[in-house]
Amino acid sequence: MIVEELNKIAVDERQEQAQFNHHLFVCSGTACLSAHSDEIKIAFEHEVEQRGLGKMCAITGGGCRGLCAKGPMVSVEPTGILYQGVKLGDVPEILDSLGKEPVNHLQADLNAHFYQKQHRIVLEYSGKLDPERIESYIAAGGYNALAKALTEMTPVEVIDQVTRSGLRGRGGAGYSTGLKWNTVAKAQSAQKYIICNGDEGDPGAFMDRSVMEDYPFRVLEGVTIAAYAVGASQGFLYVRAEYPLAVKRLKSAIRQAEKRGLLGTSILGTAFSFDVEIRLGAGAFVCGEETALIASIEGKRGTPRPRPPFPAEHGLWGEPTLNNNVETYANIAPILQNGGDWYAAIGTEKSKGTKVFALSGRIVNTGLIEVPMGMTVREIVEHIGGGIPDGRKFKAVQTGGPSGGCIPEQYLDTPVDYDSLLPLGTYMGSGGMIVMDDTSCMVDVARYFMEFCMTESCGKCVPCRVGTAHMYDLLDKITRGEATLGDLELLEKLADMVSKTSLCGLGQGAPNPVKSTLRYFRDEYLAHIVDKVCPAGVCKIHHDKEGVLQ
Amino acid sequence: MTTRVLTLKINDQEFSGREDATVLEVAREHNIPIPTLCFLEGLSALGGCRLCLVEVKGTSKLLPACVTRIQQDMEVYTETEQLVAYRRMIVEMLFSEGNHVCSVCVSNGHCELQNKAQELSIDHILLPYRNPERKVDASHALFTLDPNRCILCTRCIRVCDEIESAHTWDLMGRGIQSQVISDLNQPWGESPTCTSCSKCVHICPTGALFEKGKSVSEMTKRRDFLGYLSVMRENRK
Repeated sequence: MIVEELNKIAVDERQEQAQFNHHLFVCSGTACLSAHSDEIKIAFEHEVEQRGLGKMCAITGGGCRGLCAKGPMVSVEPTGILYQGVKLGDVPEILDSLGKEPVNHLQADLNAHFYQKQHRIVLEYSGKLDPERIESYIAAGGYNALAKALTEMTPVEVIDQVTRSGLRGRGGAGYSTGLKWNTVAKAQSAQKYIICNGDEGDPGAFMDRSVMEDYPFRVLEGVTIAAYAVGASQGFLYVRAEYPLAVKRLKSAIRQAEKRGLLGTSILGTAFSFDVEIRLGAGAFVCGEETALIASIEGKRGTPRPRPPFPAEHGLWGEPTLNNNVETYANIAPILQNGGDWYAAIGTEKSKGTKVFALSGRIVNTGLIEVPMGMTVREIVEHIGGGIPDGRKFKAVQTGGPSGGCIPEQYLDTPVDYDSLLPLGTYMGSGGMIVMDDTSCMVDVARYFMEFCMTESCGKCVPCRVGTAHMYDLLDKITRGEATLGDLELLEKLADMVSKTSLCGLGQGAPNPVKSTLRYFRDEYLAHIVDKVCPAGVCKIHHDKEGVLQ
Repeated sequence: MTTRVLTLKINDQEFSGREDATVLEVAREHNIPIPTLCFLEGLSALGGCRLCLVEVKGTSKLLPACVTRIQQDMEVYTETEQLVAYRRMIVEMLFSEGNHVCSVCVSNGHCELQNKAQELSIDHILLPYRNPERKVDASHALFTLDPNRCILCTRCIRVCDEIESAHTWDLMGRGIQSQVISDLNQPWGESPTCTSCSKCVHICPTGALFEKGKSVSEMTKRRDFLGYLSVMRENRK
């Protein structure tokens, strides 16, 4: 395939779509599917056929519109009307309304903060693309960035644009993407590899899942551009097996891209060749750590190794390897199309662009959002998230998953970016935001995350393997009301030691939820230890202060 | 290509070493003690026990001396108050993790874990004992595996794989549930891959692997072949 053919596919697809007066996208993301959006789609198709509307009304499975709490979502193009909470019984009414007044009681308010305050780059075509057809992506301008890179730009120019964009790794560490690409590009080796890390595993995080499910082609395009920039000929998409829909769509995307000459030998008629394979994670959280991930792809036990050497020099099978997160790659195509300076104009001084967050927990608008870097926690939680349901009181937001910490009410006006949250004892992380209200016990929260780290520790280094188990035991003892102040002292000592001496990020970050909750909610710990009560009423404490059974 | 020689400071004293040398190698060469447990010359370095962590000026992270290459003008500290405190906790963690009862152990008096405790003047531990339930495998005709005394240094796994090339041993489970298994968790005595070479037994730092018929304190490990490990490994390359 050559660039002209790409344009032809786009024109043909647009013409075909233009035949339809109405195009209904029924969300086919995991959240809406769990609310039976697949049945709704079938009902639409059935009803359209019965009414003989097949020539003027198309029904397609679309991507996530973000408001997962109110699914299933159905959007109507070209009017842009969005329906939420659609049930099987609503199907005839929606079809009746096409070309007339919309169905008011189902309509989502697109002027609400939830939609208006977002800035979508990664999730740009959200809900208006068919994630299962490459033609749909090409018609929306897909693969133009790859064509531009391959035919108009040298690898150095591609890296230059990425560097200028100021893009930093979206997996959480925030390393400069341009710098990383540059390092791999400069490494001298006949064989280099690309890895796309789709092993998202933080509790409450589902950003990468949605990106892989909704924009598999855009992820592939980003990976292919990266391969061209650093000179790699083989790529691996490492996706956790718990994301079957993402795996299915990526597989189909690879097949379609290969068929269209957008992957494989001489891509778009140029001398550049690149192949991609999928590798499934087998459920270990630690395999999101890059050296463990590499070991896992090599077929070994997924355990991290000390760095340096970094994968950029010594990665897969000892060769230079570029490893980026799914969301990082999804940003590449828009950066190349609009230029690095365009991207750098969004966000804050040191954190450029936008970030996708998964809002969950005690919040009205549970779902997926994308906002410019530097938006305050308050705007995200109260305006976009719609605040706390049931009139309860906000307590804290957990960011950064099991390696992060919580942000209490007094810091709600802190901007969210790579650097601003660090002084609070947490970090932005990969994008999970768990909102908690006064029904949550912070000791219980710390215990939950410690249990997660304990069971997900690979066991290679002593501090993480044994330390997390001891810390879990101590936290459990506190929640049972059996701990002493000496136990609290030991817990703090262990927290310091484990974070300082562990081998990889899992162990180094594991004590963070404990440190953070101790910093802001020490009184809750003391209530469990000294007064033998759980202020939130979550923990089951059976003995009072004097040791009498309650 | 010629190998450059770099100079660095360890505990404020100046030393030199080849550019491919690790901090541990240079330190040992000059009799500067850095404790290790999972490290064994001739086997691939693991960086897992964290006993050899050192402080390096200019980085806030503690670095494992066994895998950290020296750099020109590097300033390394091996015995700071912080490091000693962490080392004590690591040894305490190992004692609390398994069931280490020196008084009834075949390796009493010849045990590397016990030695580390003595070097660090540990006479009791602050951490609660976890008292795990672990089954002894005495199915092999010549040797016994007592996982109660295992500290998961994985030396046995590495020597079996890298030197003997049998790969009888490996790890099963994650985190605190990790355990050394033979083949696919079959009794050691039924292992078709084990060559009974006894290398794993003799490089085991504790009494987790021992020869049958040995009573308390009787298991002295013959380490005379250790000097050849690096040579064997070099030849394999």
